[in-house]
Amino acid sequence: MTALPRPFHDWFAARGWAIHPHQQAMLTRADEPALLLIAPTGGGKTLAGFLPTLAELADGTHQGLHTLYVSPLKALAADIKRNLRTPVDEIGLPIRIDDRTGDTPATRKKAQRADPPHILLTTPESLALLTSYEDAPRMFAGLSRVIVDEIHSLAESKRGDQLMLALARLQTLCPTLRRVGLSATVEDPAGIAKLLARHPDPCAILHADPGPDPDIAMLETEEKPPWSGGGGKYAIPAVLDQVRRHKTTLIFHNTRAQAEIFFHNLWLANDDGLPIGIHHGSLAREQRQKVEAAMVAGALRAIVCTGTLDLGIDWGDVDLIIQVGAPKNVKRLIQRIGRANHRYNAPSKALLVPANRFEVVECIAALEAAKAHELDGDPRGPGPRDVLCQHILITAAAGPFDADRLYREITTAGAYAGLPRAEFDACLDFVATGGYALRAYDRWQRLVQRDGLWQLRDPRAARQIRMNIGTIQDTDLVKVRMRGRGKPLGEIEEGFAATLTKGDTFLIGGRIVRYEGLRETTVEVTRSAYQKPKIATFMGTKFATSTQLSQRILRMFRQPSWPELPQHTAEWLALQRAVSKLPQADRLLVESFPHDGREHICVYGFAGRNAMQTLGLLLTQRMETEGLNPMGFVSTDYAVLIWGLDPVRDPGPLLQADGLRTAFETWLAGNAVMKRTFKASAVIAGLIDRQFQGQRKTGRQATFSSDILYDTLRKYDPEHLLLQITREEALKGLVDFGRIEEMLTRTQGRVDHVILDRVTPLAAPLFLEAGRVPIQGLASERLLAEEAERLMDLAGLGEEPPEPKKAWRVPY
Amino acid sequence: MSREHKKNKRFTLAGVELEARSSGAMWWPERQVLVVSDLHLGKSERIARLGGAMLPPYEIKDTLARLDAEVAALDPRAVVCLGDSFDDRAVAEGLAEDAVLWLSRLMAGRRWIWIEGNHDPGPVDLGGTHLGELSEPPLIFRHIAKPGTSGEVSGHYHPKAVLHARGRQVSRPCFLYDSDRVILPAFGTYTGGLRSTNPALSGLMRPEALAILTGPVPAVIPMPGRCP
Repeated sequence: MTALPRPFHDWFAARGWAIHPHQQAMLTRADEPALLLIAPTGGGKTLAGFLPTLAELADGTHQGLHTLYVSPLKALAADIKRNLRTPVDEIGLPIRIDDRTGDTPATRKKAQRADPPHILLTTPESLALLTSYEDAPRMFAGLSRVIVDEIHSLAESKRGDQLMLALARLQTLCPTLRRVGLSATVEDPAGIAKLLARHPDPCAILHADPGPDPDIAMLETEEKPPWSGGGGKYAIPAVLDQVRRHKTTLIFHNTRAQAEIFFHNLWLANDDGLPIGIHHGSLAREQRQKVEAAMVAGALRAIVCTGTLDLGIDWGDVDLIIQVGAPKNVKRLIQRIGRANHRYNAPSKALLVPANRFEVVECIAALEAAKAHELDGDPRGPGPRDVLCQHILITAAAGPFDADRLYREITTAGAYAGLPRAEFDACLDFVATGGYALRAYDRWQRLVQRDGLWQLRDPRAARQIRMNIGTIQDTDLVKVRMRGRGKPLGEIEEGFAATLTKGDTFLIGGRIVRYEGLRETTVEVTRSAYQKPKIATFMGTKFATSTQLSQRILRMFRQPSWPELPQHTAEWLALQRAVSKLPQADRLLVESFPHDGREHICVYGFAGRNAMQTLGLLLTQRMETEGLNPMGFVSTDYAVLIWGLDPVRDPGPLLQADGLRTAFETWLAGNAVMKRTFKASAVIAGLIDRQFQGQRKTGRQATFSSDILYDTLRKYDPEHLLLQITREEALKGLVDFGRIEEMLTRTQGRVDHVILDRVTPLAAPLFLEAGRVPIQGLASERLLAEEAERLMDLAGLGEEPPEPKKAWRVPY
Repeated sequence: MSREHKKNKRFTLAGVELEARSSGAMWWPERQVLVVSDLHLGKSERIARLGGAMLPPYEIKDTLARLDAEVAALDPRAVVCLGDSFDDRAVAEGLAEDAVLWLSRLMAGRRWIWIEGNHDPGPVDLGGTHLGELSEPPLIFRHIAKPGTSGEVSGHYHPKAVLHARGRQVSRPCFLYDSDRVILPAFGTYTGGLRSTNPALSGLMRPEALAILTGPVPAVIPMPGRCP
């Protein structure tokens, strides 16, 4: 298939279009087993992916499924379906197209399995589910091409690993299956090509013309940004002014809570009543769909949003992207900007709005990096084994399988190409028997071997396996509804809901609501118009800044003055230099100060988030040993901030390089980082059922915490596979101790300890960072005792003679 | 104040002095009776048998080890298990040999009462006495609290309490007590908790009810969800 078929040619010509060189290349090389296309958004990337399919289906002879399209977003599948219909209908092609996601009605899903369309648009999870049915071989018979859209985004997560395992399965069913990946600009195309292709097939990489550089700048405002805070509220008049001057603006935020607060304030200042909507993942589906529809209809001038709008949806008329908060990561910034302006040869336009003064510095560094075409990102390790365990379960749900053949199939997925047989066998054993040292489940094995083939002991278990498919980690969410009318507004984290008491106000869907109570698993609220909301703290997303950015920032700190920075930010840095110091590459700056009734230390290591996270774990361990009662820490790429009950008077011993590893294993094992990781992996690997909305039992005593399982395994079966996986996955977010030891050795004797009576300019932004790690040590016991005493006194029930009040105790 | 005393909290119910142990067990010093509730032995096996997950099969061992520690520390004349001792009847009937031996060793030389729970109705063939409820005036022991009684010791709800201090949320299994009754936390390893603010619990207890939070050093607070 080389030339563009005649009807297509005419269709292009009628619209005054010429086929792009990369679209032609995709047609010419359509027979290759794997192709990766790197193209900017707006470059006709999706059409490039589909052209060979449309050409092959043009004569109407193909029976059944021909092309499977997989994208990370449900909305994208629906959107592509719409866009694809245009050429298909206008050229008059006999092609049936349908989408299938979690939102598709059951009747349509059933019809699709009985009589599949030529082109099926779906998500990795829906595809995994399809492969778990016994009739999968019949449904996928004839499948000829698979297109993975936004593969750069999938490649960063376990969703991508799951997808590639599903493709390995499909390749066995359809040996001639060809694979196409569509990707935004990335730093390592070869890495993505390796994931995409059947191992060890080659995968050619085609590059489309990247188009002109995006036009990115920092938004100039009259108002000065604050020292701390993530909302960007100060910039609202300037943002509204930009919205007025553009057709459609997307206003991105790094977290949902920030998006909510910003949206609220934007409306308070929106005197012209510009139509502005909000869109993020915590909103109810109906709310989101309403905004999406209004956007497609061109009825909105701006949307305040988060990453859920991040990927490839074709919004047409967007001509400005505003990013509130530092982009943290240059690659993400460039990809986000790709959302604006789908005209191919005009530069996309974006404005950065730093939320605080540190972010001004970050934004400047990010702009320099973008100009230098530096992209960032970390390579991923071998395929995670929790996903593999789920894949084995999915395979078993589809029917009996042979272990040798499954192993061979799995090793054709790039990420699992190096999987040792012993590791596969351990995963199979875990799935089949639990894999415990105590062989307790001989009678109740999940999988049994009959006639050499592994199969479900109880075929009814397939239903449960299917319900647990997926690798996206759900936090426990509760629905929020208006009292009486029962209108859903969205969801909030259960933990956040638990902190609410009657009368508290918070923001959701851009409005302030008043908490009335919890009814079963739904939060009931009432309208509350003119009160200041309690800040919604749900859903913090944390992106790591790349090391390149850190290095650029450190270089800026060495300057005697900062003419390239806005004056307010230069003054802010000068103030930091005056009251404390600016961090330097060959020294270690440590600040100690009290704040909000707790003692803090801030260590500026500038070693990247993973290293600072590890340092936070190490330091809190030493502080716990020394009786300093650490309560928690938060790390960024630049620093770790630790808070606790007692002040650190001499950080020297805490920062000794030697003896760092002593007792660290035990400390790490007991830490919240590990428990969170365990929960995530245990759900993916099929040990714990995912909890479904609405299905949860009302009496919560029936369910118990995954921490209990974790502690039990540690105590009685420390070598268990799931603990190995937990460790492996947790360490991906940490660094090896060698690097920490090296950093501490390098800066030994060059620790600058500054003791202050308040928060410093540079430490201020850390107080609103997401991703706090609690330390469950002796501090909890002391706090518990204090609070119990206070409550009893309050109730007039204090029996024991009060102990002398401690000086640091805060008034409640 | 001795360390031992600090680890346990004394309180009075129907004129009887009782001790809430940091382990979640209750001790009646005068009669030398140890009370535990909701052991849920065999929960992992039951889940696996029903085709669910194969959880780490160590919870019988862990629960019995903690019960053993309390028995060893107190040498009770009698032990009362307040119901839901087994996650279902089949577990009780098919208990592994080593667990049966362990239980027999714990039972030897003392009175042992299995109160019937909703998970384990009917007698078990493991020795001891099986009862719907046990009356030891002025106290009465049963699985689920009955409104309107007094001097009542029960379990079933797995109460837990949550409190906030300086930005930290601490959640612990707890005893709930007022002048009529005490509700014990679950003693079994594989058990979750029901917040004391749940209407099922706040509706049972008097406004002046207190909660004793278990943990290394138990703490007494006004029952969350009940106090004004």
